[in-house]
Amino acid sequence: MPTDQQSFTLDNCKIPFSPGQTIMDAALAAKTYIPHLCHFPGISPQGNCKLCTVKIGTRQVAACTTLAEPDIVVESEIQELTDARRALTQMLFIEGNHICPSCEKTGNCSLQAMAYHLGMEDNHFPQFFPQREVDASHPQIWLDRDRCILCSLCVRASQEADGKHVFAIAGRGLDAQLIVNSSSGKLAESDLAPEDLAARICPVGAILIKEVGYQTPIGQRIFDQHKIDEIGLEQVILAHNTTATRDE
Amino acid sequence: MQKHGDTPLKDHLLHTLHMIQQRERCITDESIHRIAAQYSLPVSQVRAVVAFYAFFQTEPCGDYHLFFSNCPACGYEQAGQNLLQMLAHKLNVQIGQTRPDGRISLHETSCIGMCDHGASLLVNGQPLTGLESASIERLANQIETAAPLHNWPQDWMHTDSAVHKTNLLLEDSFVPGAGLRTTLARGTDAALEIITHSGLRGRGGAGFATGRKWRLCKAAAGDARYVVCNADEGEPGTFKDRWLLQQQAERVLEGMAICAFIIGARQGFLYLRGEYRYLLPHLQTTLAQQRRQGLLGKNIGGEPGFEFDVDIVIGAGAYICGEESALIESLEGKPGIPRNRPPFPVTQGYLGQPTVVNNVETFWAAASIIVNGADWFKSVGTPESSGSKLLSISGDCTAPGIYEYPFGITVHQILRECGAMNTQAVQIGGPAGTLIGRADFQRKIGFEDLSTGGSFMVFGETRDMMTVVQNFTKFFAHESCGFCTPCRVGTTLLKHNLEKIATGHGTHLDIQTLRETSNLVQRYAHCGLGHTAANPILNSLQSFPEIFGQRLAARSFTPNFDLDAALSEARRLTRRDDSKAHLDSGY
Amino acid sequence: MNNSKLKLATTSLAGCFGCHMSFLDMDERLEALLEHASFDRSPLTDIKTIGNCDIGLIEGGVCNAENAEVLRQFRANCRILVAVGACAINGGVPAMRNQYSLQECLEEVYLHGTGIVNPRIPDDIELPLLLDKVYPVGEIVKIDYYLPGCPPSADTFLHFFEALLQGKTPELPRETLHYD
Repeated sequence: MPTDQQSFTLDNCKIPFSPGQTIMDAALAAKTYIPHLCHFPGISPQGNCKLCTVKIGTRQVAACTTLAEPDIVVESEIQELTDARRALTQMLFIEGNHICPSCEKTGNCSLQAMAYHLGMEDNHFPQFFPQREVDASHPQIWLDRDRCILCSLCVRASQEADGKHVFAIAGRGLDAQLIVNSSSGKLAESDLAPEDLAARICPVGAILIKEVGYQTPIGQRIFDQHKIDEIGLEQVILAHNTTATRDE
Repeated sequence: MQKHGDTPLKDHLLHTLHMIQQRERCITDESIHRIAAQYSLPVSQVRAVVAFYAFFQTEPCGDYHLFFSNCPACGYEQAGQNLLQMLAHKLNVQIGQTRPDGRISLHETSCIGMCDHGASLLVNGQPLTGLESASIERLANQIETAAPLHNWPQDWMHTDSAVHKTNLLLEDSFVPGAGLRTTLARGTDAALEIITHSGLRGRGGAGFATGRKWRLCKAAAGDARYVVCNADEGEPGTFKDRWLLQQQAERVLEGMAICAFIIGARQGFLYLRGEYRYLLPHLQTTLAQQRRQGLLGKNIGGEPGFEFDVDIVIGAGAYICGEESALIESLEGKPGIPRNRPPFPVTQGYLGQPTVVNNVETFWAAASIIVNGADWFKSVGTPESSGSKLLSISGDCTAPGIYEYPFGITVHQILRECGAMNTQAVQIGGPAGTLIGRADFQRKIGFEDLSTGGSFMVFGETRDMMTVVQNFTKFFAHESCGFCTPCRVGTTLLKHNLEKIATGHGTHLDIQTLRETSNLVQRYAHCGLGHTAANPILNSLQSFPEIFGQRLAARSFTPNFDLDAALSEARRLTRRDDSKAHLDSGY
Repeated sequence: MNNSKLKLATTSLAGCFGCHMSFLDMDERLEALLEHASFDRSPLTDIKTIGNCDIGLIEGGVCNAENAEVLRQFRANCRILVAVGACAINGGVPAMRNQYSLQECLEEVYLHGTGIVNPRIPDDIELPLLLDKVYPVGEIVKIDYYLPGCPPSADTFLHFFEALLQGKTPELPRETLHYD
């Protein structure tokens, strides 16, 4: 460990970083949580959910895509940002069809856990109730776009970790949707496999392994036992989804 | 297989898709597969591109494909008549749809840069301007009788703009080649110094110092450097770049070549918005002429080894591509989603290489500055905003058109000179800019006060400003790229929220939500589109609070939707109309 | 003494009465609560009309004209109106029909479904007319508090009432927050 390591301040804590590291990566390495949904360690950051927005002076920036700089003063756990993060989470809820009681992912869902973390009691905004296509064509994996939050983690995981190109996002504005790179556009004709990171990385119930839903009893689900602000939880999530794959 | 036909455009993905759209009236899934194979791209990427750009359609379009501009400055909706609806009615076609007989498709589109010509539309890419109720009738006749477009009345196709006010740049008797000659004679460092010293700032509106941008790009490490001219003039109410490309394209191209010499680029692109496709023949002629004169191509200006040429790439209906990193994505054949910055294009732009992206007017001005010197340019303007600026003036004034003013001019003086009377509001810099009322007419045009890319829309006192604000708010919801949560969801929430208030169904709570959502979109969005999308709302809450206040519902809380209307489908299905088949709407 | 008791009304709109069941899960603690509160209109009392109340608990979303009327009566009569459970808050499971048009729903159920005799969309005027969608209650009336959960636990109810009885603003402890 170099002694002359650079650092910045995050909510009154000194966070060391190496050049080229983002605020998010440096914070996580220092075991400090910054809320995020579209970020996953090891996958290149994109900054679309904006949950990780932090303040540097009067400027709001996404922690996952902004490089750390020496001696900057970064604010994260302040009321203004918590309120904004809650509102952004509410936006993600109302733009899709997130019916937690009927979703296999409930209890293991990062969006839901994030809403708990932020104290979200209602949706605040009017529901859009969009009509979106469900793709159940694949024998082992299903894709329910109702719950997709367009975080693009599956898109990036497929490209970067799996060396495939199974997913993409197409369409503009509210018409943006997850599409599948296959001739019919269906998952069955894609080369997605249940072991792929892209099939296991989904933070919500949009991409699910079939026939394993509700196997974990209430009380033993990920967010029955963990809080989303625990550092390193990604490995717990992946392990859970991997077990699900094996059991299947 | 792909037929290149007579188009000399290089095989850019957007151009190939455009050709297919023209030929087959839509882009089918078979075409998407063929193109994906031809370009060695994932099918999903081609699908994503087709879905992103408004001019690409996956359902067959009509023989006559109309895009009617819904820009409020053009006045398509005034004095109790809506020309778009009138046309839809005459042609018996739903807006946004194709008539069952396949003769016509009628779409709404945002400003097509014809604001100084009154109501206008594009028919198969050709602008028709100065539309009035009488011409709507004649237009419908042309379509119903299947008259070929080249036989339509030529007076509808008037696209030149009147220049009402000239200053430094328009009065400069620029001689083609003079800028390059000076640049080559002075050398890169001295030429760059002229640009830097002149204080020229980006004319697209953001105002980044041009000299600094070129210097950063020149200094950046890379295998190649690129010069990109941003001619994606999509900000509603702006048409000065269209006029520059029509009238002084050679000076724009020379500005690009000067930049190329300074930064060391061999390749340039002129990214033209899809709405301006009709300028292509003229631009290609100008390019050929520049090459003949040795102002583009190899050994430019006789300088051995100085090689630079410009390709034209044409967009396909996406406002966001005016944002420089989205433009670069589009140049690379992808959906125009803004990149994370930094890195900025000056270090990692087109294909990851150092790239200068400047507005049409910036290159145009740079060419003149090189010839006339920094002090000439700085002789007008203000310390922070040197030189002069082209304005595109439209809306409620007697003399819409192009005006060149030194920076520092007051809104009040501009209004007097363009023949605006009883003005209640001016939208400066387009919807992404600033909406001001009478109390602010003494303010000045300049980066330190009211910065603008050139749009200057005048709204007279008879205008319903709520309609204007709604129009702009819908515009942003339509143009949001969908990448980030606050803009993707927030712009539509703002649209619905505003509609509730505009129709008299809103309460103080709705205004409070409107303000909160506006702040969220403004502060948390990914790019400039989101940062400015709430400007019309926030500005009007500030300057025109009465347009909200006078519409408030009498009740303290109102539903988000019309309860009685929500029963109408059930009434229809059950054929009931008894008293229990209705609800108080709740407003 | 009776006059100082809080008056409580409850109803289930487009819901499953699960929230009411969970309310009853307060078990013996209900007794203590009833020393401070009495019921007005509620499926628990079978009182059909609502009078002036301090607190109204709404379970379920709004799927038809009758739901809307009842919700409005509750709002008009209750000082504090509480949206209880997932369906009231965001439509919940009944809102899954919003994926289809009302026509598709009714035709599937009454015209094209299996085992249907004399296919016909019911049109009796005694039947509440369906809304085009199932709506969260907060889109129709002003809601003062939300108790999420499917259902909210008995502890959540208790916590909520205890805070109100002590004259405090009820705030849900983060650990009790859940949507399922």
